[in-house]
Amino acid sequence: MAAADQFETHEYDVIVIGAGGAGLRAAIEASAQGARTALICKSLLGKAHTVMAEGGIAAALGNVWPEDNWKVHWRDTMRGGKMLNNWRMAQIHAQEAPDRVLELEEWGALFDRTKDGLILQRDFGGHRYARLAHVGDRTGLEMIRTLQQHAVHKGIDVFMECTMQRLLKDGDRISGAFGYWRESGRFVLFKSKAVVLATGGIGKAWRVTTNSWEYTGDGTAMALDAGADLIDMEMVQFHPTGMVWPPSVRGILVTEGVRGDGGTLKNSDGVRFMFNYITPYFAAETADNEQEADAWYADKKNNRRTPDLLPRDEVARAINSEVKAGRGSPHGGVFLDIATRRDPDYIRRRLPSMYHQFRELAGVDITKELMEIGPTCHYVMGGVRVDADTTASTVPGLFAAGEVAGGMHGANRLGGNSLSDLLVFGRRAGLHAAEYANALAAAPRVDDGEVEAAARTMLSPFERAGGENPYAVHGDLQDCMQALVCLIRVEPEMQQALEKIAALNERLQHVTVEGNRQYNPGWHLAMDLHSMLTVAEVTTRSALERKESRGGHTRDDYPDPDPKFGAVNVVTRKRQGQLTICQEPLPAIPDELKPILEEK
Amino acid sequence: MTAGSEFTMRVWRGDASGGAFQDFRMDVGEGMVVLDVIHRIQAEAAHDLAVRWNCKAGKCGSCSAEVNGKPRLMCMTRMDIFEPGETITIAPVKTFPLIKDLVTNVSFNYEKAKEVPAFKPKAKEADGTRRMYQEEVDRVQEFHKCIECFLCQDVCHVIRDHPENKPAFAGPRLFVRYAALEMHPLDTNDRLGLLKQRAGLGYCNITKCCTEVCPEGIHITDNAIIPLKERVVTEFNDPVVWLLRTVTGRKRKTADGAGS
Amino acid sequence: MATEAARAGQGRSGPRTERRDLWWVLPLTVVIVFSAFIIYTTWAALQDANYYRQPYLSPYYSPCLATHCVHTTIGIFGSWWALSPAILILAFPGGLRLTCYYYRKSYYRSFWLAPPACGVMDARKGYSGETRFPLVWQAIHRWFFWASLVVIAFLWWDVIEAFQFHDGFGIGLGTVIMFANVILLSLYSLSCHSCRYLVGGYLDRFFKAPVRYHMWRVVSRLNARHATYAWISLFSVALTDLYIRLVASGTLHDVRFF
Repeated sequence: MAAADQFETHEYDVIVIGAGGAGLRAAIEASAQGARTALICKSLLGKAHTVMAEGGIAAALGNVWPEDNWKVHWRDTMRGGKMLNNWRMAQIHAQEAPDRVLELEEWGALFDRTKDGLILQRDFGGHRYARLAHVGDRTGLEMIRTLQQHAVHKGIDVFMECTMQRLLKDGDRISGAFGYWRESGRFVLFKSKAVVLATGGIGKAWRVTTNSWEYTGDGTAMALDAGADLIDMEMVQFHPTGMVWPPSVRGILVTEGVRGDGGTLKNSDGVRFMFNYITPYFAAETADNEQEADAWYADKKNNRRTPDLLPRDEVARAINSEVKAGRGSPHGGVFLDIATRRDPDYIRRRLPSMYHQFRELAGVDITKELMEIGPTCHYVMGGVRVDADTTASTVPGLFAAGEVAGGMHGANRLGGNSLSDLLVFGRRAGLHAAEYANALAAAPRVDDGEVEAAARTMLSPFERAGGENPYAVHGDLQDCMQALVCLIRVEPEMQQALEKIAALNERLQHVTVEGNRQYNPGWHLAMDLHSMLTVAEVTTRSALERKESRGGHTRDDYPDPDPKFGAVNVVTRKRQGQLTICQEPLPAIPDELKPILEEK
Repeated sequence: MTAGSEFTMRVWRGDASGGAFQDFRMDVGEGMVVLDVIHRIQAEAAHDLAVRWNCKAGKCGSCSAEVNGKPRLMCMTRMDIFEPGETITIAPVKTFPLIKDLVTNVSFNYEKAKEVPAFKPKAKEADGTRRMYQEEVDRVQEFHKCIECFLCQDVCHVIRDHPENKPAFAGPRLFVRYAALEMHPLDTNDRLGLLKQRAGLGYCNITKCCTEVCPEGIHITDNAIIPLKERVVTEFNDPVVWLLRTVTGRKRKTADGAGS
Repeated sequence: MATEAARAGQGRSGPRTERRDLWWVLPLTVVIVFSAFIIYTTWAALQDANYYRQPYLSPYYSPCLATHCVHTTIGIFGSWWALSPAILILAFPGGLRLTCYYYRKSYYRSFWLAPPACGVMDARKGYSGETRFPLVWQAIHRWFFWASLVVIAFLWWDVIEAFQFHDGFGIGLGTVIMFANVILLSLYSLSCHSCRYLVGGYLDRFFKAPVRYHMWRVVSRLNARHATYAWISLFSVALTDLYIRLVASGTLHDVRFF
């Protein structure tokens, strides 16, 4: 019996997997291009991780600082990424971000306003000018709701709580995807000319993370399994400010906007320690005394930026060092202080959800008390290797946008560049996927054997009697990655991690789930574990390969950046079930752009 | 509450065909919320316990349930509001059809959202910008805080106790959405007729339970529903407005509030 | 996924409520207090006596519109009007409160039991809300609001008169009570949702209408306390009448401060 008869089957020109900012924007664009488009997501529509983004959307609108333009934004992005970025992606991003933000306004978004009635922009780490279009500290919610409602009004077919497990291929090109309905556990087959991956990140492989259960690296693992290249998977961003107490909220994000709006980091001695961690790379543009740093908020022309707003990798490492030196807070973090620096009304107006979050979850009034914060796994800069202009992966018909794609952010992502990345490359992914699909004469064929094999694998946890608990395997993976492949890395620990991951892979073969296929989280987790173990292994192997410290990747055994590694991507491929890791040169920055990077 | 207190969690287990409460004795540590305890039950005692969640920080609105009969987000309900040893009832939201355990079919809300006429902005200004001012967007930004947890829809007795009203009633979440669009400084669409008829604004008897349960603190009744009711009154139920219109020959007011 | 059956379907069945707190205390209190108020007010309005003792006029009888009033404000109704003059006027403040958004919430919950409390099942099987006659005419609230402004203007006039004792200017306990009462009644009327809408809430663009914007802001702030004003002014108006009634009947002697 053919797979199409056996399983619920849908046919589309373009399917978009993931309905966060990038997926929604891609689906809107593909649909606008006339492609029959489906949007598929693991959760309910509008619950994707984009909703958690707080600070804002980086775009050189120039509403607050007319001096700002795409070139400055490009420079900031490249420097923040320690020059490991795909320069062309960073250029497209800086050039197109303002249009994408204005487009949101066209669709009903309501950003905070300047006195002149334009979109207000706020300061963020690594951005030379106040650049982030925002809505208080819930910008992601505004963005996802606007896109969601626009997509609904455009009549795009949405498949909610539907998880894709395998990409299908006809020869070397994409022919669809196969997965299951979470509600019923029934399998569902999508035949499609093109697939856009917009599945987000991999953070659920760590214990302390800002990421939700969805962030299991499905897209990354599916792309790898389908033969696509991954790049720079060692580049994982640890956000410097996550909650640390009480234990159950450890890792929950505290927006960089707290520092953008005047908050400062202090150690247990009450010292603003960031002044001791200004690296030579940023010394020329960073204030070296408190007076200048505080004056900078109001007068950016005559003062240099506060070191509290250095790029996230710098700040996370500084916090880590302070804690290690014994100057941490009672629960193993440091203090973030806005209470003594801004008046309560200002704090409540600018940071309402932070106020709410600390009051409700930690019993802390941030207008009166210090926050306790520490680094938390937040974002992966690496991902599916894509063409800068089209977002096409190395597999024909497979496109990727947003966090699942690599290259745009280099070795470290600046705050605010993620939301704009989603919009800019989400749109491009939808556009080029639709063009690709429209140009394809005949629909690719789905291989029944491939589908049936996938179905059998997915059902196996019900059938075996290994007795392994999927939650325990997941917990052990998180502990392994947290302990061994975290903010500061060293070869012996990572080797140990690889052994543990291999053992966990072995245990995965014995995972058993109870109950039936209807809405069974244990079964869902058992299936997600394949992706998580895959990305954990790739991250660790890539981190071993890159023998230097750069951005999100810090090696205790190679503490300095190495120009040799600064010129290459670490590329991962899977061939005949085997991972291969190699170094390939970065795309060269054209000479006419180079002078911009040197501007002070 | 001290760390390590023990509680009895009385959790609904079952699906559309039926079910019952099942008790779990659970140790609870400092700072834990109800969702943490549910996760612990899932990992240790009932691997297939169905529950929705995403952000665990009150921002995504996935983990709605009824805790001791009150609609709440499980991730924002701290265990230290209960007495140690207490039995805590965790049930799925009541207004929507049950799928399994704590998960319900909330497609009602998504279907109703499709019926809302889209945002339709007026033309740009001469300089190519769209100017809006903070005092204008403040009011609508409150409505945009909605995280779509649908607790307001759950608690609203119009559909909770009278499911036959579902086809004719959009519910508080959607009224907040209508209000956001109707009061948007740039919107030109008119939804008042729809609100009166198909969205069933008149079914609301402003008993304010939606406002009471809103985890975002949106003043659903005072700031969204009642102003909409007042706008509908002006359009359809105000004899003096009707008389004035008849005498002066003026048309219905436009969506930006001018005229009349 | 989203079948019609699923949309119209009912959720899990269960008891009337799974709440274990004292949810019934509030609706019960409301029933007792409102009933006591209505009984007292009806009795006071029908008494047609003891509502004036110079210089105090009970708010239940103001403005007094019949010529046979002990203290006629405007003699519109001639000697043919044989009933209590309170009946002529109480319909207006009564109507304001009856159609008020806050009182509607209170009596729908406490008297109608629709719903008695949040998460507690409605007492009745059917429900049509405010979609049909007569409840659809709760919309008349805004006209009661306008009328209440006229009544309140008279009550302010009464307060001014309450400083005019037969021996000239003075302040008594009654003056203070009447003064406090009229402030509370004014706050109650001006904080109402209709007022909030009429002064500026109907606008979408505030930038071009700064005066209406500021009026809307002020009324919005008052509106947040509308329920509080509704309760306090309910007590104050009844107690004002009671005080004047006791003084007029000679049970109490008014205290003169000045």
